[in-house]
Amino acid sequence: MEAYLNLFVKSIFIENMIFAYFLGMCSYLAVSKTVKTAVGLGFAVIFVLAITVPINFLLDTYLLQPGALSWLGSKYADLDLSFLSFIMFIAVIASMVQLVEMIVEKFAPALYGALGIFLPLIAVNCAILGGSLFMQQKDFSGVAESAVYGLGSGIGWLLAILAIAAIREKITYSNVPAPLRGLGITFIITGLMALGFMSFMGIKL
Amino acid sequence: MNRDSNAYTFIFATLMVLVVASVLAFTASSLKDLQDANVRKEKMQNILATIGIETDREQAETLYNQYIVEELSLVSGGEIDTDSNAFELELSNELKKPLAEQHFPLYVANVDGVKSYVVPLRGAGLWNAIWGYIALKEDKNTIQGAVFDHVGETAGLGAEITQQWFQDRFVGEKVFDTDGNLVGINVSKTNNDPKDLDKEDHEVDAISGATITGDGVTDMIKERLQHYLPYLKSADVSLASNQL
Amino acid sequence: MEDKTSQTKKEPTILFVNKEKEPLFSKKNRKLLSDPMDDNNPITVQVLGICSALAITVQLKPAVVMSISVMAVMAASNVIISVLRNLIPNRIRIIVQLVVVASMVILVDQILRAYAYDVSKELSIFIGLIITNCIVMGRLEAFALGNGVWKSFLDGIGNAAGYGVILILVAFFRELFGSGKLGGFQVIPEAVYEMGYVNNGLMLLSPMALITVGILIWIQRSRNRTLIEKN
Repeated sequence: MEAYLNLFVKSIFIENMIFAYFLGMCSYLAVSKTVKTAVGLGFAVIFVLAITVPINFLLDTYLLQPGALSWLGSKYADLDLSFLSFIMFIAVIASMVQLVEMIVEKFAPALYGALGIFLPLIAVNCAILGGSLFMQQKDFSGVAESAVYGLGSGIGWLLAILAIAAIREKITYSNVPAPLRGLGITFIITGLMALGFMSFMGIKL
Repeated sequence: MNRDSNAYTFIFATLMVLVVASVLAFTASSLKDLQDANVRKEKMQNILATIGIETDREQAETLYNQYIVEELSLVSGGEIDTDSNAFELELSNELKKPLAEQHFPLYVANVDGVKSYVVPLRGAGLWNAIWGYIALKEDKNTIQGAVFDHVGETAGLGAEITQQWFQDRFVGEKVFDTDGNLVGINVSKTNNDPKDLDKEDHEVDAISGATITGDGVTDMIKERLQHYLPYLKSADVSLASNQL
Repeated sequence: MEDKTSQTKKEPTILFVNKEKEPLFSKKNRKLLSDPMDDNNPITVQVLGICSALAITVQLKPAVVMSISVMAVMAASNVIISVLRNLIPNRIRIIVQLVVVASMVILVDQILRAYAYDVSKELSIFIGLIITNCIVMGRLEAFALGNGVWKSFLDGIGNAAGYGVILILVAFFRELFGSGKLGGFQVIPEAVYEMGYVNNGLMLLSPMALITVGILIWIQRSRNRTLIEKN
C-alpha cells in the first residue's frame, strides 16, 4: 500500500509530466488561456492516461516483451515483438480515445458537451504516449502499479495546466514587455513553477 | 469506388497494416543481430572495465573471452546452478522473482593469474533504475573497480555516476569491516575525506546535488552483495588466510 | 470505380506539372525552407513540438541527433502522406498518419540502436515521443495532405530545421553555462575556473530549458516585431 502511495505522489509532483519532462506541452500551451477549458482537458487526460497505461502494460507484458508470448507455448517463448511497441501503444491510445468518446457521448451527454472537443486532441498529446513509454521502462510489477502511475501522471498534468491557466487569466491585467507577451511569458512562468516543483524532489514517503 | 465507403476504408486499412507490418518486421529482424551484439558487447565492456581493462566495443568480445574465466549462476544459499547461463541472466527479471528462485550471476576474471570477482548490481536512483558492476579483488573484500549506469538520472548531477572520476573513488575501498561484517560502501555527503585517500572508512565522497542517486548506489551495493555472502564466505582457501 | 481511377491518374499529372512549371528551388519553394527558421518557426511561433524536445537539451550532442531524427521522420512521412493524399480515406486519416509516423520512428529507432548504440541510449524514450510530437502531425495535417510531394518534402525539412535550430540553441546555452562544455569538450578554460568562475548547475535542471526558450522568444520577437501577440 505504501509503495502505491509513494508512486502516486511521485508521479504527481516529482515526475510531473509537464515540469519534469515537458510532455504534453503543445496542448498545455494552447488550451491554457482560461481555467474552464483547462480543467476540461485536464480531466480528459487523467481519464485516458488511467485507462491506457494499464492496458499498454498488459499488452507489453503478455505480447510484446521478449519472451512475453511464452503463455502460448514454448514454441513462442523466443519471440521478441518489442519493436512493435510504439505502434501498438499509439494504436491503443487512438482507439481508446475514440472508444471513450463514444461511450461518454452515449451515457453522459453532459460530460461529453464539456469534454467533447478535447477528447480527439488527446490522441496526439505526448503526455499520453509518454506515460506508456515510461511505464515500459519502469519495470512495474503489476497492473495495479501501472494504473496508479497513469492516474498520478494525469493528476499531475491537470495540476500543471490548472495552475498556468489561472496565472494566465490574471496576467492579462499586467504590463508585460510587448515581445514577451503571450508565449514568452508563459514559458518563463512555467519554468519558475517547475523550479518550485523541484522542491518536492527527494521526498520519500 | 467511393473513398468514404466502408469497403474502401476497410481495404485501405488492411493493406496498410500488411505493408507496415512486413516492412517493420523485415527491418527489425535484419537489424536484430547487430542490436543484440551491441547490448552484449556493452555488457562485456562494462564487466571488463571493472577489472581495469578499458576497451572499445569492438574488442570487448575477444578480451572478454580471454579474461573472464568463469560465469557462475548462484542460487540463494551460495550453490552454483550449472543449468543456467549467467551471462544471459537479466537482473531486472531476476529481481521480480521470489528470492528463493532468483539467480545471482557472478563473473570470475583472471588477469595474469590474479583472480577477481565481478558482481552485477541493480537498484533505484532518483528517477529510475540504476545498475552497474563491481569487481572485488582476490581477497573478496577490496574493490578493484566499479562501473555504474542509469536510465534517466538528472544529467550533470545524478548522471555523473557514469563518470570515471566518480567510479574511481570506489577503487581500494573495502566492503567488509574488520570483523567480517558486510558494510558495503557508503556514498556519503558528510565525508571528511573528499579525496578518498582513506580506504578503510567504507565511504566515498558523494556528488553534490545528487543525494538520492548516491543513496541508491549505497543501497544497491549492499543489497546485492548480501546475496553473495554464502559464496564469498564459503570455505575458500583465499578467504581463510585473509584477515576476514 | 470511375472515381478512383480518375484520382489515381490525377496525381502523377500534378507531380509532373509541378516539376515542369517550377524549378526545383523556385522562390516559393525556397520560402518553404526558410520560413520556418524565423517568421514561422514551429516552436516559437506555431507553438508545435515543444513536448519531448526540451528534455534532451542538456547537452548538445543528443539535441543534434534528435533534430536529425526528427528531420528524417518528418521528411519521410510528409512525402509518404503526400503521395497517398488522394488515396487515404478521410475517416481514418488521423490513424493513417499516426501509423505512418510511428513506423518511421520505429525505423529510425531500430537503425540508431544498430548503428549508433550510444546515442540511442541517450535519447532513450524520447525518440518514441517523436510520434506524438505535434510538429509532425501538425505539418502532415496542415500541409502534406494538400500539397505535392516535392513541396511536402521541403516543408518537412524546413520545419524540422526550424525546430532543430531552437533545440540546438537551447542545448548550446545549457551545456555551455551548465557544464562549461560543448558537445562534450571543455570549452571554458581551466584558468577561468581558477579565477573563481563556477558552472551554473541550475542550467542543467529542466526548468531552465523552459526559461531559456522564453528568453529566446523574447529576443526573436523584439527583433521581429510583427510576431508580437496582441493578447
